[in-house]
Amino acid sequence: MTQRTRNWLLLAPAGTWFLVMLIIPLTVVLIFSFGERAPAGGVVPAFTLEQYANLPARWAAFKNTMTLAPIGTLSALVIAYPLAYFLAVKVDPKWRTILLVLVIVPFWTSILIRSYAWIFLLGGRGIPALLGWFGMEGVRLINTPFAVLVGIIYGYLPLMVFPIYVSLDKLDKKLLEASSDLGAKPWRTFLQITLPLSIPGIATGCMLVFILLMGEYLIPAMLGGGKVFFVGNALVDLFLQSRNWAYGSAVAVTLVVVMLVTVTVYMRLINRLGANRDDVSIM
Amino acid sequence: MTKDSDYISKKKFMEVLGRYRKGSITRRHFLNVTGLGAATAVMGAAMPGLRPSPAFAGGNIGDRVVLATWPNYHDPSNFEAFTEATGAHVQVNVFGSNEEMLAKLQAGATGWDVYVPTNYTISTYVDEGLIEPLDTSKLSNYDASAFDARYAEAGSVDGTLYAVPKDWGSTGMAVNTAHNDGKPISSWKEFFDISRDKFSGRSMVHDYQLTTIGSALNYFGYSFNSVDEAELADAEKLLIDVKPHLFAITSDYQPSMRNGDAWLTICWSGDGKQLNTDIPEIHYVLGAEGGEIWSDYYAIPKGAPHSDAAYALINFLLDPTVNAKEVVAHGYPTADARTFALLPDELKNDPILFPAQELLSPLEFGAAATLTDPNRAELMARFKSA
Repeated sequence: MTQRTRNWLLLAPAGTWFLVMLIIPLTVVLIFSFGERAPAGGVVPAFTLEQYANLPARWAAFKNTMTLAPIGTLSALVIAYPLAYFLAVKVDPKWRTILLVLVIVPFWTSILIRSYAWIFLLGGRGIPALLGWFGMEGVRLINTPFAVLVGIIYGYLPLMVFPIYVSLDKLDKKLLEASSDLGAKPWRTFLQITLPLSIPGIATGCMLVFILLMGEYLIPAMLGGGKVFFVGNALVDLFLQSRNWAYGSAVAVTLVVVMLVTVTVYMRLINRLGANRDDVSIM
Repeated sequence: MTKDSDYISKKKFMEVLGRYRKGSITRRHFLNVTGLGAATAVMGAAMPGLRPSPAFAGGNIGDRVVLATWPNYHDPSNFEAFTEATGAHVQVNVFGSNEEMLAKLQAGATGWDVYVPTNYTISTYVDEGLIEPLDTSKLSNYDASAFDARYAEAGSVDGTLYAVPKDWGSTGMAVNTAHNDGKPISSWKEFFDISRDKFSGRSMVHDYQLTTIGSALNYFGYSFNSVDEAELADAEKLLIDVKPHLFAITSDYQPSMRNGDAWLTICWSGDGKQLNTDIPEIHYVLGAEGGEIWSDYYAIPKGAPHSDAAYALINFLLDPTVNAKEVVAHGYPTADARTFALLPDELKNDPILFPAQELLSPLEFGAAATLTDPNRAELMARFKSA
């Protein structure tokens, strides 16, 4: 067996997977997006740009997604970073494994069940009732963008914590000592040593969370009460309720394009940020 | 989208199912958004074959039958009895809306043996070639004369029987009278007006075009089923105007009605019955202008993999003794006089299950065109994403 044949054989499983599970379905969606809605629902082949022309009707869904996905990602980052820092740098190593497991434990329960818990917590008998005892009457949390944001941060936090934790864990503690020996205050050491060296983790965490958030569907559906609408929710409606597959495909293709553009720009930025440092690159 | 069902393990599903049965969480659209239907299929598929198959008078019908239905819609002990009698396990696939059921069947290869379409969808299934004509010789418990024709006639298309009646109900509204000086409300006009006023932030409409658009059309005195463009434009204006005042757009309205977050909702009669039983100040009322009356049917999709078992299950559920237990469990009225005779008196005289005729007469059955009209579908989607 030549080296070449062997390479092809090794690539075959992944290649087949991509072809069958990614390329072909995406091609089908692309073809559908130029079609028309069949009278009873579904799609009839055609070549029309009508579906794309109709995209502004889903502007609100794109706007919600493009607002709440970045806000959710940044909020998760702000909350996750100190936690990851604590776990990687501050905590006594003998507790570390247990604490890391605690971060993962919520994943053992379905996000669906956990979202139900949030419905109760954010509903009238949960946190608002508690606030009522302290004199803050009439606070409305459930079915608001805030509720969706809380659900998002809660659901995606571990995905942000782990990459940052890994990059901080690998950080050579001797660098921190050297910085301190050379007279840098802790704050300066953090800004000039720790933070730059953890950028790969931040970049990976943000990417993971952002990409998943762009396609989020369950959390807005459950905590937004049908009033906070993501593109994912619009897609479900178009395929299962309106049965307008052609328009749904056009919305899906647009979402993929928006994501590709955003992620490309993001990677460029991160790589430029890392260009001056050999040790910083994404993933 | 698919990831939601991936999250659900068999055990989780049983927990959630248990909560459904207790009524602490509910109904149609919840399942629509969660993909729980798929999880049940997985759960059911793991079960058959574990128990020995007893002999069945109808011959060997195989070890399973797959039922696509609505949540809270059956007495589980009836399914156990069916398995005892026939050796076939019932896999229950739970769905959120007729639109979703139709979408799944149009996409093909559902694996369902029996499903539960609503009256107005059946002619579309026939047109699309997605439904089997029924062979009544295999349904000894089916007696056409026992059924009230109003709730049975949609099962036949051009003289061919495609579906047999399961139960019927109405779509009205549930109002928590404690927040309205003890008074219920009585019309769709009042529903949408109070929602923008005293009940702002406390009302819910269904995540379901038929009933939400239908009720908005009723507000103007138009037909629930209207597909007239000018009338739909009025309905859309009303809905978009009301939207900021709504507590939620959801068909899973029982939890918020129960915990007091919401005071008013579009409501199916069975949910109304359940809410009223537990919280008497929640009243179920029919809109004076009209609203929906509907009936659900048992039918067999084209290409059902276990056709014999499908007939056996439908026949079993049509048995009046079995059906009476079903009615007690789901709280929707039956169209079958034989079953009605077996119901406890308090159900026979229940005003939510069996409203007075003058309240029913303005109600309309959903029309096939209402299901398939692209403008209504798009209106609903626009309203939700507005």
